[in-house]
Amino acid sequence: MLSKRIIPCLDVKDGRTVKGVNFVDLKDAGDPVELAWQYAQQGADELVFLDITATHERRKTMIEMVKSVARQLNIPFTIGGGITSIADADALLSAGADKISINSAAVKNPALIEDLAKVFGVQFVVVAVDTKLVDHRNMVHLNGGRLLTELETLQWIKQAENLGAGEILLTSMDHDGTKQGFDCKLLDQVCKLINIPVIASGGAGKTEHFTEVFSTTGVDAALAASVFHFGEITIPELKTELHKHHIPVRLCK
Amino acid sequence: MIGIVNYGAGNIFSLTSALDRLKLNYGMINTESDFDQYSHIIIPGVGHAGAAMEKLRQSGLADVIPSITKPVLGICVGMQLLTAHSQEGDAVLTNIIPVRTLLFDKKLGIKIPHMGWNNIEIKENPLFEGIENQTQFYFVHSYFIEYNSIFGIATADYGLKYAAAIQRDNFFGVQFHPEKSGQAGERLLLNFSNLKS
Repeated sequence: MLSKRIIPCLDVKDGRTVKGVNFVDLKDAGDPVELAWQYAQQGADELVFLDITATHERRKTMIEMVKSVARQLNIPFTIGGGITSIADADALLSAGADKISINSAAVKNPALIEDLAKVFGVQFVVVAVDTKLVDHRNMVHLNGGRLLTELETLQWIKQAENLGAGEILLTSMDHDGTKQGFDCKLLDQVCKLINIPVIASGGAGKTEHFTEVFSTTGVDAALAASVFHFGEITIPELKTELHKHHIPVRLCK
Repeated sequence: MIGIVNYGAGNIFSLTSALDRLKLNYGMINTESDFDQYSHIIIPGVGHAGAAMEKLRQSGLADVIPSITKPVLGICVGMQLLTAHSQEGDAVLTNIIPVRTLLFDKKLGIKIPHMGWNNIEIKENPLFEGIENQTQFYFVHSYFIEYNSIFGIATADYGLKYAAAIQRDNFFGVQFHPEKSGQAGERLLLNFSNLKS
């Protein structure tokens, strides 16, 4: 049976992880390699690195970071942030990334999804979608929820699947940061609409939220950042809890 | 020393990184004569099986592989290349192991690609020495190899029972990615490196 995946998400700027991380046994909380390794040891099933570097040097620093992570990490990982071309994706693949996540670039140029899928296979292409309610309608937003687009979320996700997305990472901006739970209603609709894996993101505050999203929707994975970084939820405890609720997970010894 | 068949189908950085972590020596096989330098051979591969087979033929290495008598391990698409045929691109493959590579059927109520950690049912085999039955490995694929009781050495269940690992004589194949499957995957690579010719 396929296990439900637990995915910590790390923000990276200039090759260093940002946002405080409260692990007691970390030598360097900013070192993405050490953090990634810690999460892998704890039983994370996969990692997502989101590059928020704005400088011209971003690509070079990112490639170096991806290589260092791939050298150390024995679980898969995804890189997102600023990928706009086949060449960007190719460099990341060669550096050891298992998947890339595209968001704004896909909205601005949907053919990019198709091109990436053709060259690298659908399994390599994660389409990240940030959604927010506008007049009771779920609409796609860019720039972390600041920029409203004309795309209706469900329609865009269906289109992304048709173009060759291998997975959808759906972040509810209404739930993100609230710690009140995932947007199970929307996630359920998405899972019924498409036939590729879905990662739930936005709203995780306690273990019950993970149990809820896996019990009430067809999502394949749940992603969170701060609750893991600050140790509010530890991955072994979370997995034990999910296992108790008969949700298939990979338990690490 | 492990030789990696370098025919340009996908990224091998994760594989070589895993071998580095395990302190296993390796080199690249670019031409036929390179095979002589290595005791064990890995055929990696991601992406499209038909396209990968085409690249393997163009590299001039496809004809040599069936005659190898050393331990060979095909990973993911590298495993599929060992089979007779793939529905992906309707491709004729090496037929070293006479089974077929088929597309998952979404009518089985499954999502495609099969992506993530899946437990496997293991038959006793030196490749899985020290790895507990039902251990989970990381899979990512849309095509699968049909289960066959003669050649199947491990199975996974995803809509149907299929071959997670196959063997015929010195040829082994795994559908999952040992280089991405935590400690169990590293153990499998180590086991492979210890197989006798």
